Amino acid sequence: MSRIHVTTTINGDPVEYLCDPEETLLDVLRDRLGLTGSKEGCGTGDCGACSVTMNGRLVCSCLVLGAEAEGAQIATIEGMAKGETLHPLQRKFIEHAALQCGICTPGILVAAKSLLERNPDPTEEEARYWLAGNLCRCTGYDKIIRAVMDAAAEMREAS
Amino acid sequence: MALDTKSETRQFTVVGTRPLRPDGIDKVTGRARFGADMTAPGMLIGLVLRSPHAHAKIKRIDTSAAEAIPGVHAVVTRADFPVIGDNDFIADILDNCMAGEKALYDGHAVAAIAASSGAIARKALKLIKVDYEVLPHVTDVDAAMKPGAPVLHEGRANETVPEGMSSNVVARYEFGHGDIGAGLAGADRVLERTYRTEATHQGYIEPHACLAQMGPDGQADLWCCTQGQYMVRDTCAAILGLKQGQLRVTASEIGGGFGGKTTVFLEPVALALARKSGRPVKMVMTRSEVLRATGPTASSSIDIKLGMTKDGRITAGFAELRYQGGAYPGSPVEFGAMSAFAPYDLDHVKTVGWDVVTNRPKQAAYRAPGAPMAAFAVESAIDELAKGFGLDPLEVRLKNAAREGTRASYGVTYPAIGLEATLRRAKDHPHWTAPLGSNQGRGVACGFWFNFGGNTCVSMNIAPDGTVNVIEGNPDIGGSRASMSMMAAEELGISYDQVRTVIADTASLGLNDVTDGSRVTFAVGLATIEAARDAKREMCKRAAMVWGIEEDAVEWKDGAAHPAGPNAGSHPPMTLAEIAAIASNTGGPIAGHYEVNAEGAGVSFATHMVDTEVDPETGAVKILRYTVFQDAGKAVHPAYVEGQFQGGAVQGIGWALNEEYIYGADGTLQNAGFLDYRIPVASDLPMIDTVILEIPNPGHPYGVRGVGETSIVPPLATIANAVSAASGVRMADLPMSPPKVLAAIKGA
Repeated sequence: MSRIHVTTTINGDPVEYLCDPEETLLDVLRDRLGLTGSKEGCGTGDCGACSVTMNGRLVCSCLVLGAEAEGAQIATIEGMAKGETLHPLQRKFIEHAALQCGICTPGILVAAKSLLERNPDPTEEEARYWLAGNLCRCTGYDKIIRAVMDAAAEMREAS
Repeated sequence: MALDTKSETRQFTVVGTRPLRPDGIDKVTGRARFGADMTAPGMLIGLVLRSPHAHAKIKRIDTSAAEAIPGVHAVVTRADFPVIGDNDFIADILDNCMAGEKALYDGHAVAAIAASSGAIARKALKLIKVDYEVLPHVTDVDAAMKPGAPVLHEGRANETVPEGMSSNVVARYEFGHGDIGAGLAGADRVLERTYRTEATHQGYIEPHACLAQMGPDGQADLWCCTQGQYMVRDTCAAILGLKQGQLRVTASEIGGGFGGKTTVFLEPVALALARKSGRPVKMVMTRSEVLRATGPTASSSIDIKLGMTKDGRITAGFAELRYQGGAYPGSPVEFGAMSAFAPYDLDHVKTVGWDVVTNRPKQAAYRAPGAPMAAFAVESAIDELAKGFGLDPLEVRLKNAAREGTRASYGVTYPAIGLEATLRRAKDHPHWTAPLGSNQGRGVACGFWFNFGGNTCVSMNIAPDGTVNVIEGNPDIGGSRASMSMMAAEELGISYDQVRTVIADTASLGLNDVTDGSRVTFAVGLATIEAARDAKREMCKRAAMVWGIEEDAVEWKDGAAHPAGPNAGSHPPMTLAEIAAIASNTGGPIAGHYEVNAEGAGVSFATHMVDTEVDPETGAVKILRYTVFQDAGKAVHPAYVEGQFQGGAVQGIGWALNEEYIYGADGTLQNAGFLDYRIPVASDLPMIDTVILEIPNPGHPYGVRGVGETSIVPPLATIANAVSAASGVRMADLPMSPPKVLAAIKGA
């Protein structure tokens, strides 16, 4: 089966690749482009560890085909910090000890950023429901929610 | 050392603060490298073919069609592994990694393939022909114990098992003291009840993954996500006939383990494929494979007999525990039988545990293995009796609580312990007296875990510019590098930022036991402190040399060597950085070392409190408020201690309410994915409040106790007791899923 040529933008960089028709965007990111920050926890869209945004929409990259990225704007965890400056969510996650093992962290950060872009002042309940698609087995979510709420407050003050 | 007896009054400067973890930036930017994130030049992709049957004889495996596919470089079956002699422990691990004569559970590995791409490997896997003879199966623990049940193995029962039982019963354990009959006779009421829990999976978000390379010279390298790289080395070396020193294992960052990564599944297979193909082989499990073929914990069936006087004194406690641990001996029933009554000071107590095999995946350790089920049964029974007498459940527990000097049901006599402190704090906490609404109920329960020390080896290198590296051998699963750096900084009298802790591969540091038993902050911390003391002695020696005074006339304080005794004030102090800078001229590099098989881990206790609301229309249980009270000995990094309390509590909430292994009539797992095996999500939960108690562990220089496991022990009963308070029905079968709760309410 012939491969598909894809031209896309990832974290602002122009990118081209060839992928198999059945290959997921997650596989392309991890195995072809070396962007291993997005994690595969399930491959079925249940855990959110592979969360990225595609044209601003939060998706599980394991449920998107690599070919569907044609002409799209993809944002992954690797593009979240600007140079040496961490995104406020990244900084607050470290300060609040909101990660233990860290495997779910990239997906949760991408999802939380997507939440705050839509709703800069979420209630705790809104944050919990928005992040309900991102599984964390270590923290019990307490410190994650605190970090998101604190980052949101800081970003509101800064804006 | 005098310091060891002063831990209660010692003033800490670094320990007890909340610095940023050293691996934080890597983990929030996606740079941290986990098991599946590594590649090697010329790498092949390995996949496993798994049994679709719960129990089947493997009559023949034909790999020829698969091997004929271009791009396939190796196929292995059990025939590619050496025969293990009389080491049952290793033989069982091998048999679990690659089935021999029989497939013993749905998902049991029967063959593996390495190919130049995942697509080719998947295609070739379908061409392996396995001729099975399907056998009758059994997945339930009570059914497996019955005479006439399908038998997995013959001759595996040890000498503790009486004649005439099913061959699936492989071991019996007994603990206790006193006379149960006499104790029960003194009770105002005796409760007899049977409790059941289903198997739950550790549920780490990172599936098992590894990358293996092996040359024809016998040298091999393995990268994998594991709780213990030395365990992987020694197990794989034993299975494959390699020399331990020739196999170097490097632990990746680990995406959760909770006990489930204290054994091997893919690693020996990847090494066998690498050996056969001569190429690096990477293997990564799917989530379905993780659930079907790696360790869940045991399911259990427990009979309790508990006697209580009307003023709340427990007169006798008896538990008979039956745990199935999957297809091989080794369920955690011994720990269950030891821990069941461990929080209480009882005159008459006895537990009997039965280890049973069934056609399920080989269980692996899960956070305080064996204890949560036992605590569920005992703490539910105490609650039921206390409520029946109209007594305060916290008062009843205080009345019976183990203290310093209590002889535990499993034989030890306790030193200073923290159970009573957690109960008193719970009683004083505003949560205990907060108002409740309709259909709401509050529950409490206690939990215990042993904690562990074990083989530990730490090196500390002082760099010429006065910065410090701690070299340790335990994968960091929740912030332990930060804790080690903190204890090193505390002991050396320098700042946290001057220390960086790294985790060594197996060739770079002596043996370390796996990250388990809540041992790392205790044992590796102890070794880090002692390695720092070793380095301090050397630095004092160097300063003495510079000053021309005796070594023992130099003391270390505030990060510097000072002349002491009659020489006090004779020279200005030399800081660590000043001593490090001239090390080349005073005898060479400065390092500290410590090796120990650590004892004195210090047992741990917790009390949990929960408010639940039960929906009478659906049977759904909502967690409204949750508070954990636990003794940490000394909380080195309180944020990470809180994190352990919160994470364990929420795993317990999942076990209590949602999570279970569901088997079909054909013995296959029906819910092998995160959609149907549902772990708690953010919207299921409130904040998890924590109260850290600090009753110093006399066995650690700073008083540290392990904290990681105890927090999963109380939640099962805590929630069941709250559901009982809210709905009036006693739930003795976990999980308390909505249909079960609804049926109980309707039937009441």
